[in-house]
Amino acid sequence: MVAVSTNFLAAIGRIFLAFMAATGRLSVFTATALSHCVTPPIFPRLLFRQMMSIGYYSLPVVGMTAVFTGMVLALQIYSGSSRFNAEGAVATIVVIGITRELGPVLTGLMVAGRVGAAMAAEIGTMRVTEQIDALTTLSTNPFKYLVVPRLIAGALMLPLLVLVADIIGVMGGYLVGTEKLGFNSASYIDNTFEFLEQIDVVSGLVKASAFGFIVSLMGCYPGYHSRGGAQGVGAATTNAVVSASILILAANYIITELFFDI
Amino acid sequence: MSTQNPAKIVMRDVHKSFGPKVVLDGLDLEVGQGESVVVIGGSGTGKSVMLKCVLGLLHPEQGSIKVDGEEVVGMRGKERDRVLEKFGMLFQSAALFDSLKVWENVAFGLIQGRGMSRDDAKGVALTKMAQVGLGEDVGELSPAELSGGMQKRVGLARAIATEPEIIFFDEPTTGLDPIMGDVINDLIVDCVQELGASTLSITHDMASARKIADRIAMIYKGKIIWAGPTEEVDHSGNAHVDQFIFGRAEGPIQMEVLRP
Ligand SMILES: Nc1ncnc2c1ncn2[C@@H]1O[C@H](COP(=O)(O)OP(=O)(O)O)[C@@H](O)[C@H]1O
Ligand SMILES: [Mg+2]
Repeated sequence: MVAVSTNFLAAIGRIFLAFMAATGRLSVFTATALSHCVTPPIFPRLLFRQMMSIGYYSLPVVGMTAVFTGMVLALQIYSGSSRFNAEGAVATIVVIGITRELGPVLTGLMVAGRVGAAMAAEIGTMRVTEQIDALTTLSTNPFKYLVVPRLIAGALMLPLLVLVADIIGVMGGYLVGTEKLGFNSASYIDNTFEFLEQIDVVSGLVKASAFGFIVSLMGCYPGYHSRGGAQGVGAATTNAVVSASILILAANYIITELFFDI
Repeated sequence: MSTQNPAKIVMRDVHKSFGPKVVLDGLDLEVGQGESVVVIGGSGTGKSVMLKCVLGLLHPEQGSIKVDGEEVVGMRGKERDRVLEKFGMLFQSAALFDSLKVWENVAFGLIQGRGMSRDDAKGVALTKMAQVGLGEDVGELSPAELSGGMQKRVGLARAIATEPEIIFFDEPTTGLDPIMGDVINDLIVDCVQELGASTLSITHDMASARKIADRIAMIYKGKIIWAGPTEEVDHSGNAHVDQFIFGRAEGPIQMEVLRP
């Protein structure tokens, strides 16, 4: 009995230590990356390329996500609020739901799948084929060359994407509201903007910036430390998407609490 | 050991392990000014790890590595960058950047490292590529479109583009057919002579070693067990060296192969 419980404790201890070590490594990686973000040189060409790949090329998938989310939100809120005769609130709840929560979170998750995975695969391949070592021997800091442009592009482009998602999502709700649920167009638009506050949109954009940083960070970190050939790169890709998604959801809660101190 | 002075690189008692696995176990090696040293040894004996320790890509736990008399173990930041500018490296896998065109690969060290303009760097890159027998048209291709031999030549052009004082070649001929291997050997000899560089190469290809080496050293179990002028390798009096250069399965070096 004693042996069993000490083994059990030892296992828990090992898991805890491994967790602390992993957290420590990620923190060091993040701190190093941030310190390189604020010291020259910055590579404008690479930054621009990443901004295109994170921002511009994610527009279709983010737009599709937003429009269907806005549509289904209008339907659900309509059927839910009809239970206590509050159908008039549909437009307001749709816009608040989209700007505060669904816009940033769904955009973050979609971009994590699209961009985070690609980053991990690219950087992981560069690691296992010695391209990252080659960068160093050619007097180029791999953090500056690979990590910094992705982090900056992520933190800058996600808010723009979310702004687009907000607009498209609200339009989706409007479409369903006026075409299917029988709302008057002018009053739906009025209701949309009447109770909307600046903080609803701003908090969503701040979240977006944090999520963009998380997606890029978790795309770079596992790739940068991957080893063991194609299999290692595959594992890095999975890690990037899973850890970015979970961190986005956790960060979402924390930022929400900070903004709306309830 | 007969070494021309002053020594360019001096490694003393270098130790490097990965977890419980000891890879370098007190390695000593010198490379003289303008000298070409080739390290031979089996796969997985730590040859690449040795080069990476000198370049600071890996950090040895113990020992000293001096480049031009300057201790580089533990060196970081700007200091390390300054020392790295002396080096060129041809990686085992060529390690070309596949997001860049071939000429951009060759010009990389000039543009990013030396701050040369793209146009000037392209000119230099094309000259270096011509030196290794690659035409201008190849410059516009992406590395993935090249054969293994061409990739090695691009890697060679990239390694010599900044005209480094010291060049490392990690298995330059491995995976190539014997003819292409010999072409690469000739290119290495020519390029090195033209630059007057000191070189440290790794190979398990004896034909290549004989061609490019002034001095050969053999690594076994993380140590240099024999080193001497290229002419002496055939009568080294060392059973490990004999077994290696004649490629025998029987001998003091036991491969970990389960025999039925
Ligand atoms: N980054 C690393 N992490 C863990 N083990 C490594 C690493 N790099 C090399 N090794 C191990 O060190 C040993 C020597 O590797 P290497 O120097 O590449 O051999 P070679 O002599 O064929 O070039 C191998 O067993 C390899 O598994
Ligand atoms: Mg090797």
